Amino acid sequence: MSKTIRIGSGQGFWGDWLEAPYRQVVDGPLDYLMMDYLAEVTMSIMQKQRSRDPSLGYAKDFVPLMRRLLPELVKRKVRVTANAGGVNPEGCAEAVLNEARSLGLKGKVKIGIVSGDDILPRLDELFDKGHKFNNLDTGDPLSLVRDQIQSANAYLGAWPLVEGLRLGADILITGRVTDTGLTLAPMIHEFGWKEDEWDRLAAGTVAGHIIECGAQCTGGNCLVGWERIPDMANPGYPIIEASPTGDFVVTKHDGTGGRVSVPGVTEQLLYEMGDPKSYITPDCIADFTTIKLKKAGKDRVGVTGIGGGPATDSLKVSISYNYGYKAVGTLIYSWPDALKKAKRADQILRSRLDKLGLEFEEILTEFVGVDATHGKLAGSPDSNIAEVQLRVGVRSNDRSSVDRFSREIAPLILNGPPSVTGFAGGRPKVEEIVAYWPALIPKTEIHPSVRIVEA
Amino acid sequence: MPKRNTTKKKTTKGRATKRIQLVHLAHARSGDKGDTANVGLIALKPEYYPILESQVTRARVARHFKGIITGDVERFTLPNLNALNFLLHGALGGGGTLSLKTDAQGKVFSTALLRMEIDVPRSLRV
Repeated sequence: MSKTIRIGSGQGFWGDWLEAPYRQVVDGPLDYLMMDYLAEVTMSIMQKQRSRDPSLGYAKDFVPLMRRLLPELVKRKVRVTANAGGVNPEGCAEAVLNEARSLGLKGKVKIGIVSGDDILPRLDELFDKGHKFNNLDTGDPLSLVRDQIQSANAYLGAWPLVEGLRLGADILITGRVTDTGLTLAPMIHEFGWKEDEWDRLAAGTVAGHIIECGAQCTGGNCLVGWERIPDMANPGYPIIEASPTGDFVVTKHDGTGGRVSVPGVTEQLLYEMGDPKSYITPDCIADFTTIKLKKAGKDRVGVTGIGGGPATDSLKVSISYNYGYKAVGTLIYSWPDALKKAKRADQILRSRLDKLGLEFEEILTEFVGVDATHGKLAGSPDSNIAEVQLRVGVRSNDRSSVDRFSREIAPLILNGPPSVTGFAGGRPKVEEIVAYWPALIPKTEIHPSVRIVEA
Repeated sequence: MPKRNTTKKKTTKGRATKRIQLVHLAHARSGDKGDTANVGLIALKPEYYPILESQVTRARVARHFKGIITGDVERFTLPNLNALNFLLHGALGGGGTLSLKTDAQGKVFSTALLRMEIDVPRSLRV
């Protein structure tokens, strides 16, 4: 039998189930634990934290998690790939090293730090060289928001992590590495795949896509047969059993809840999908129309046939910038005439905002329970509906307008339509909007680096 | 699962068909990319896939979401997975952190598509 390795997903996003990574490590055999922490605007949150305290700027929860995991990781020889480093992978690694030392693991833990993704300090230089960073959605040049930029990171692929594994890292802490690269790297390292073995790189990329959202492929958020998915109080997180040919099996530890099935894995394959023939990563282009799925036993799905093509010569860049402010206020109106009351309250509120001369880019009203998720497709509600939540959101460049809006909700309780409640949360919070600006940069401008540090 | 709501109907060719909601033929998952929502529509049985492919067209889906999305609809086929993928542009009120919508990430656009009704042969067992 050819060699297989087991790569488990422990976090589908920053804030995912804290029990999941621990259980992945202790509930059964595992070779690698991958954890995805970075969503599109997470980097800007981290950049803000770092500007207040230069030792921060990474996923802080990763540190206590590693304190809990490290003894088991060392004992069981499980290696970790995680993009928890955010905009400060060095600081994150330092914090984890301190935990390792305090646990008496001196000399037993090597951390690989992958960086080179952060181009915020280089933006002027790159602008001078003529890079425009045109927005991939709108085509606008980045110069339009130059003064509002909070963070700028190129998406690195699997190869810098492969180098880290080759250098003996037990734990790889990275900045903005693609979710799929965290899963693909161990396969390249273990099986010796080459940079132009596109089908295999595509297979590893598809494996990464399947497990990057954690339990979303093992029964979580799964529509098909959702009521019959067993023991979702104790969901198993996904594991890829990878083989050198690129074929792999999606499974989970025995004795855990949830379900690994062909329909469930199919749902996850289609999650956040664009053109299925062209799933572009820094490492390759994967063709999702080649994927073959087959049940391969209880809670096992075999994945074969994956094809792919050469990587492009650019990397995606994720830029965040200050956009303005928003706030959302809610009130609940009860039977009788719940919807009528909520609609009247909305009219009154808008009339008051209008008289105050406040400036908004958008005011959005939704009636939760009636039209918030499906709009008019939901049809007319039952006239006896028990309650309706009025939900009004505003967005503006002008902070004071949004602040004043947030003070116009509570008065409606006493000076608007009757049978209103649900204001326990207090005045709506005024939020700063950090928006996302996707762009491209030639690969030749980005120089990933790996550094090994030891406890 | 909603109650089955089918009614007999004669087509122009005189063949008996029935009208059925997609939720009885498919499951779905959706996600976001900026202001675009994607909906993956997956046949509950392989024999339903050709029906989805012929009936759930780009134009039909655009009509279904008229007034709800501001942009175009794109459709991609994945016969290997018995699935279609739709991109609904201008679906998320600006998308991401800009959006004021409850479903700013388009997480439940999938179920909004499953409300659509299509004509299937009377003989189709669902």
